Amino acid sequence: MADSGVIDGPGRKDEIERAKSEGKDLTKEEKQRLRKEKKQQKKIKEKKDDKASQENEKEKKPVTSAAPASQPPTQPTVQKAPSAVPATAPVSVPASEASVPADKPTKTKAELKAERRARQEAERASKQTKKGETGQQAATSKPKAPPSDLQPVVKRLPEHIQVDNPDVLKKLAKKLERQQTPEHYAAKKIPLRSDYGYKVSLFSHLHQYSRKAPLTQQLSIPSTVIHPAIVRLGLQYSHGIVAGSNARSVALLHAFKQVIRDYTTPQNEELSRDLVNKLKPYISFLNQCRPLSASMGNAIKYIKKEISNIPSNCKEDEAKNKLLNCIESYINEKIILAGVAIAKCAIEKQKISDGDVILVYGCSSLVNHILCKAFEKNRKFRVIVVDSRPRLEGKEALRRLVQKGISCTYVLISAVSYILPEVSKVFLGAHALLANGYVMSRVGTSQIALVAKAFNVPVLVCCETYKFCDRVQTDSFVSNELDDPDDLIVTRKGTTPLEGWENESSLGLLNLVYDVTPPDFVDLVITELGMIPCTSVPVVLRVKNVDQ
Amino acid sequence: MELQAVLMAAGGGSRMTDLTYNTPKAMLPVGNKPLMWYPLNLLEKVGFEEVIVITTKEVQKAMSTDLKIKDVKMKLDVVSIQEDGDMGTADALRHIQPKIKTDILVLSCDLITDVALHEVVDLFRAHNATMAMLMSKAHEFTETVPGQKGKKKTAEQRDFVGVDKSGKRLLFMANEADLEDGLSIRKSIMRKHPRMLIKTGLVDAHLYCLKKAVVDFLTENKSISSIRGELVPYLVRKQFSKTVNSQKLKDDTDDQTQEKNDGPLLISSRDEPLLQLAQERSCWNDHRGDMSEAYHGGKLRCYVHIMDQGLCCRVNTLAAYIEVNRLAPKLFEEPSVHPSADISERCQMGSDSIIGAVCHIADKTSIKRSTIGNFTTVKEKVKVTNSIIMHGVTIEEGCNIQGSVICSNAVIGRGADLKYCLVGNGQHIEPEGKSKTNILSNGQ
Repeated sequence: MADSGVIDGPGRKDEIERAKSEGKDLTKEEKQRLRKEKKQQKKIKEKKDDKASQENEKEKKPVTSAAPASQPPTQPTVQKAPSAVPATAPVSVPASEASVPADKPTKTKAELKAERRARQEAERASKQTKKGETGQQAATSKPKAPPSDLQPVVKRLPEHIQVDNPDVLKKLAKKLERQQTPEHYAAKKIPLRSDYGYKVSLFSHLHQYSRKAPLTQQLSIPSTVIHPAIVRLGLQYSHGIVAGSNARSVALLHAFKQVIRDYTTPQNEELSRDLVNKLKPYISFLNQCRPLSASMGNAIKYIKKEISNIPSNCKEDEAKNKLLNCIESYINEKIILAGVAIAKCAIEKQKISDGDVILVYGCSSLVNHILCKAFEKNRKFRVIVVDSRPRLEGKEALRRLVQKGISCTYVLISAVSYILPEVSKVFLGAHALLANGYVMSRVGTSQIALVAKAFNVPVLVCCETYKFCDRVQTDSFVSNELDDPDDLIVTRKGTTPLEGWENESSLGLLNLVYDVTPPDFVDLVITELGMIPCTSVPVVLRVKNVDQ
Repeated sequence: MELQAVLMAAGGGSRMTDLTYNTPKAMLPVGNKPLMWYPLNLLEKVGFEEVIVITTKEVQKAMSTDLKIKDVKMKLDVVSIQEDGDMGTADALRHIQPKIKTDILVLSCDLITDVALHEVVDLFRAHNATMAMLMSKAHEFTETVPGQKGKKKTAEQRDFVGVDKSGKRLLFMANEADLEDGLSIRKSIMRKHPRMLIKTGLVDAHLYCLKKAVVDFLTENKSISSIRGELVPYLVRKQFSKTVNSQKLKDDTDDQTQEKNDGPLLISSRDEPLLQLAQERSCWNDHRGDMSEAYHGGKLRCYVHIMDQGLCCRVNTLAAYIEVNRLAPKLFEEPSVHPSADISERCQMGSDSIIGAVCHIADKTSIKRSTIGNFTTVKEKVKVTNSIIMHGVTIEEGCNIQGSVICSNAVIGRGADLKYCLVGNGQHIEPEGKSKTNILSNGQ
């Protein structure tokens, strides 16, 4: 490819002169030439650092192509969307290759037409492939865009997965400032929690916080900016006292109930609008204590919708009561009753039968509930609890099951393939179900599903419908949560091998929380709507949206 | 509102009567600031806007004239109580019960610390605790105390503090004076927390976060009069006592009388079922290894934050007072010499000395490691080392003062030589007087 670019060089110059005589599209010619040169530069660069290019492609391409893009400031040409560079070059090169062998002196107009067509196709292709940075880079390059250029559709990445971009961090800090709740005294902003420790490069786009530096350090002690119930909740999230998708949602709704109870509408404001604005800084605060889960996001959407649907002629007390009742009914329907329905479904449809050996991973409140209910209905089965470091949540699941009287075995995840021949079914809990059928759950779940698939053991995922979210993700890198890396440090027999890990420049500790399991490994999803295959998740989402 | 601050400033300083003879303990100068300014500053830095100050009329009068206290930007709600000394700290809380609307943070006026308060309050918030307190590792006092002949034998009663293996949950607290024939620990505690660390070298900072329910409980139980002496050990014991409805509660006989009054302590908030549900669904437990749920199902929890670094000192003895005068100025970045002080050029001043406002320091004086209060006059050829000189003192020429404490408005005659002495309020030391390791004050 590089060679053909070189060959094209002299041919190009002829065409440029011809184009000059034509008096048309001069800038586009130059642009194409520039693009080719850039591509050659990049090729050479990529050949040099082959090993370093393990990083996220999306991140690297815009960054590196941004560098050469900003280099020639003297060029009067417009810098198009940078990722268009590699995309357009391969398309334009064959086009030019096709045109070069053609008769040079004649056919000038036809040639130019072909080139123009090729260029337009290239732009269309680049529009489709461009995911690029947010409007920042496109914005700086927009002013001189030729009129025939369509603006490329800029897809915005959420901020929480662009932590290594300093511009995004600045934007986030500004947003937190703007979200301050105006009190009579100085309006204090929501503090920004700073990242801790060296982040493994694959995950450098995510936040990594330390539990020893809580966000409350930067808040005043009788917290006036943020409601005390929310501060308490944020602390409980960051310490892990409230952990697990259902628990977090219930605790969040409980805190919101207290906020609503203590809320008074200020003068000249409407409850429906002002209360939503009041909730925004609280949500940013909670997000910084610990990134919100999908279930929490859905709960917040529901509450915001309910608040904004309150008619303006409604009295404050009435409105507050209505909201409190809405919250109660949401929890009742979506969490408690859904759990009961799922358990009933699982037990009656013989998903737990006598003589079963059921494998569970970690501590999922729903799966524990199902197993306890099944045991109450006198099904004879035994359970194998698989656990993993550093959270060791399986111990808590083990305690709850043994307390009921279920006979359990406890293994670590490294022993899964040894224990699987004994297992008849695998029950997994989910943190969220994504729109493309992938299951997002505690890290290690996809491993278990994979091994179970290899052994032909059916894998059943239990999930309430309020955890379905319309995000799409196919790998665990794009969006995840990094927990405190110091959790991985363990002291045995008085020695702590990882003690000074921050001082080792080549050592990084990674404590992932979630991973995604592809739908091919999951045989069935049990929801309160019934037993559905993994691929029916978008259908459920669509039906839910229609309902609302 | 989340927390209300209460500052207890009515204490009499019973362990340093020589110092507090004329000046109430809360207004003793430390680094030229009144003692109660330090906890007020701590509260202000952290973001409190209002403080309820419980004090005597004398202190209230002194507060209204003091400049530093006027500098405090918070709103001080001063409640004055009788001085006769019958009112304990818990009685004072009972007295202001109508003002208390939320959980409280109780401080003592003699606490000087640079602790990050959020550590204590976070324990209180995160675990929904009934009480959270602050303690610190005790440091030996290195300075020689005036009036003390020879090394002091620590006849102080030790405090035994038992914490769980995370170091945060308070399991046991008793003073040596209450343990006649040895330390006994209930089996119920050992069953729930098999690993307990018992520490004795800790200083109680008298900083407590208490739930509002505790104040309500105090109004019903009028027999408790001191927070530290009675309320705190009671709450710590109550964590593990069987519930009110249980039949077999014969462990502590003194618990029986107060069983019927426990109602307020165990009241549940609204939405308790939701909190319960959240806790059930959460996969967290504070302990591993037995069959019980988080916190062993106990509703009453006491937590302690133990500081191992930083300054935390309670100024209730003379030795502590001297120590704190050395350390407290380092907490702040203020200039050691007050701008209005008039110091002559031929005075040798060490860098760790503090000179107060409107002082006159004459030539050929040497001031090392000392604190000199406001309105003090130091004449020529005076040597002041390791001493604390309070306000309005006059030191005539040629004096040599070492390791001493000179209280307000004293006059030291010419050529006097004082080593490790304490000169009381308004005392006059005759010229050429020599005194060593003596306490010269009205009280003696």
